[in-house]
This record gives sequence, C-alpha cells and structure tokens, in this order.
Amino acid sequence: MAVAEVHFRENRSLRAKSRSASPHKRVSTSLDTSGIWDVLAQVLDPEVPVVSVVELGIVRSVTAETVTITPTYTGCPATEVIERDIRAALDAAGYRSVRIETALSPAWTTDWITPEGRIKLHAYGIAPPVPRGAAVACPQCGSSDTVEISRFGATACKSLWRCRSCAEPFDLFKCH
Amino acid sequence: MPSLPPIRPEDEAAARTLPQGTGAFDAVAELEPGILFNTLLRLGDDSLILGQRLSEWTGHAPSVEVDLSLANMALDLIGQATLFLNAAGKAEGQGRDGDKLAFHRDVLDFTNCLLVEQPNGDFAQTMARQFLFSTWQKLLFERLIGSSDARISAVAEKAVKEVTYHQELSAEWVIRLGDGTEESHRRMANGIDWMWRFVPELFEMDEVADAAIARGLFTDLAALRSEYDRIVGAVLTEAKLDIPTDQRPILGGRRGHHSEHLGHLLCTMQFLPRTYPDAVW
Repeated sequence: MAVAEVHFRENRSLRAKSRSASPHKRVSTSLDTSGIWDVLAQVLDPEVPVVSVVELGIVRSVTAETVTITPTYTGCPATEVIERDIRAALDAAGYRSVRIETALSPAWTTDWITPEGRIKLHAYGIAPPVPRGAAVACPQCGSSDTVEISRFGATACKSLWRCRSCAEPFDLFKCH
Repeated sequence: MPSLPPIRPEDEAAARTLPQGTGAFDAVAELEPGILFNTLLRLGDDSLILGQRLSEWTGHAPSVEVDLSLANMALDLIGQATLFLNAAGKAEGQGRDGDKLAFHRDVLDFTNCLLVEQPNGDFAQTMARQFLFSTWQKLLFERLIGSSDARISAVAEKAVKEVTYHQELSAEWVIRLGDGTEESHRRMANGIDWMWRFVPELFEMDEVADAAIARGLFTDLAALRSEYDRIVGAVLTEAKLDIPTDQRPILGGRRGHHSEHLGHLLCTMQFLPRTYPDAVW
C-alpha cells in the first residue's frame, strides 16, 4: 500500500515536470520513447527503493507501443509489483495505450545493472555484484576482509556477508 | 463380478492425452498436442511439488540463514512451476492456467517424479533430496536450452542459473554433514539411503519423452546418467559417504502412481483454493 502511494505521488510530480519541460504536443516517435524512458527512470525497485527498473536492467526495450521487461529471478515476488508499478506510472503519465510485455530470453544478468545503479546500491549499503570468487568490499568501511554468511539473503538477489574489519553484516547483490 | 481387461501402457498413454469429453477412438489424433502439454506438465509438477515441500521448512529451519536459503529455493522452484504450468495450460487449450493446474487436479493427475514428493525428514534428508534432484535438474535444463519450444528454452535458460545455486548449496551441505560429526554423518547417510531408490526414475524414458524428443522439445534423459553419476559420486566421496549400490528402483510418478506422501502435501496446498474457489490475494 505504502509503495503504491509513494509511486503515485512521484508520478504526479513527474507528470507536472514533464508538462512544464515540454509544453509541445508529442508528435515524433523518438520523443514519445524518450518520454517513456523518463517515466520508467522514476519507477523504483520495491525491494531496493533507491534504484530504478531502468538502472537494474529490468527494462529491455521501449517502443512507442510496447515496454518490454524481464524478471530478475524466476520466482521473484517483486516481479508482479514491478509490472504493476510500471503500469501505474505509464497510465499516470498519459501512456495508457503502451503495452507491457515480459521477455524471459535472453535471461537477465547483473551485467545489465548500469554504473549509476551500482553506485546507488553501494550508497544504500548493498555491495554491488562482483564476479564470483572476486574480493567483496564492505559497503560500510570499504575493507575487503569480508566473509559470506549465507548464500541466500533477505531476497533471492542478495547473499548475506559480514565484514571482519568493522564487524557489520551487509548484503551483496549476487552476480547472476 | 466380470473381470476387466488389463490396462496396457499404450492405453494409459492414449487416455492421458484425451481432452475431457473425447471418445477413446480420437486418441491418436489427439496425441500430438498432448506431447507438449505433458512435457510442460512434468517439468512444472517437479518444480511445484519440491517448491511446496521446501516451503514447509519456513520458520522451522536450524538457523535463520538456512531458513532463508530454503525459502529462496522454494520461491525459485514455484517461479519455474508458474511459467511451466501456465505454458502447459496454453498448450492444452482447455482454458486452464497454472493456478487451475496446480490447485484443481487430483493426486492421480500429477506427473512429478517420486523424489520431490518425499517427506522433508530431518535437515540432512531434505538436503540429500535437494542434492540428488538439483544435480539432475541442472543437467536437464542445460540441455533444454536447445529445446525447439521457445517457452521451454527460455525458462530453462533463465532457471539454470538459479538451479546452479541450488546444486552448489546442497552439495556443500552433503559434504559438511557427511564429513562432519558422527551424528551428522549418520543422518546424511540415512537421507541419501532414503532418497536413492527414487533416482532411477529421473532417467526413465517412456512414450511421452520419446515423442517429445522426436519433436525436438525434450532431451534423452538416459544419456544424462553417466555425468550425473560422476558428479554425485565425487560429492559423496568428498563427504565420506558410501555411493549406494543399486536398490530396487521405485517408478511410476510420471504416470500418476504416487507415494502416500503426495496426497497429504496436496491437502495442505490445495485446501484454500478448493474451499474458496474464487479467492484471490
């Protein structure tokens, strides 16, 4: 409930912003697409509400008619919430006719998380994904003296780690 | 009482592909669409039943980290089941979706392998089951990426990454418990012993699998066995566990012949949607 309300407010402010920024009537396809991308960039992941669905690589392609998204994990319960949030954001911004399609292949990978998304994850206290076996830096103190506590964390996309330097536990976004 | 003629395997196969309300003589014509439906149903039922089994641990696991790992694996499997069973419903074309197939079929209509319906037992028994199943599922999904059906291929490509985690995690637990204390070793040995008789069924080929291979949908399960034995053998050896000598295999899950345990599982899983058929979240 809280999530939906937050998004509703954001979407309204976004709509107001986009109205003031581009008072012209949308005519060209490329303009429409960039408008849709702007809307999507404001839709946050419900589990990690600092990164957008674009920064997570969930949005695969956008045309004037269709937004194609991909689930991160097969059983991720956030997938339905994300689709609902995107639908609400598109509707609120006037893109009622734009369809949302889900593509499973090619399978989502953490390589699709954008550099901005990685910085935001780190700032939020989640270590961004690193190749398996590589050193994991603690997002609190930066130390690489860290150890995995549990391969599965609070959500399917995260594992649980502990820093031996500052003794704080933290989440690692799993390389997937 | 007059005695009934024996039911032959080919009769069973033909009956299985019949849509409701169709006469027996239509069976041959209906066989083809039934192959995709049955292939998807088997894949979906394996994932669904094991996902439900694992979810029984939620809140009861030995530690919070283990609780999380079991719940996450359950979620992955239920996610796979949703995709496979929705696709099965579409292939069948009778208006059934994944929920209908999961919640409104009776025990005889489930086509999962017997391994996944086995009771959780203790944590070692659960991990023994997971290791034996996930090792097989990973080998299977690696091959199904090449399926001629785009849906099977896409789900396999997506899920194989998750199953790789399940396989590694369960292999590590088999080793840790097998090569642990006297008690943990005994429990893991008992777990492997309980589950081992259900392994041969994973590689069983029948008319549905053969027909699915002929259409490029599926892969030869029997051909996976040598690699499976190599992987399982290496882990059991590292775990200081004996590699079981062949017991008499128990088969029949793919044809709806289940152990008593599946009915109890379905009772819990299906109670709510059957009692309140229009209930939604």
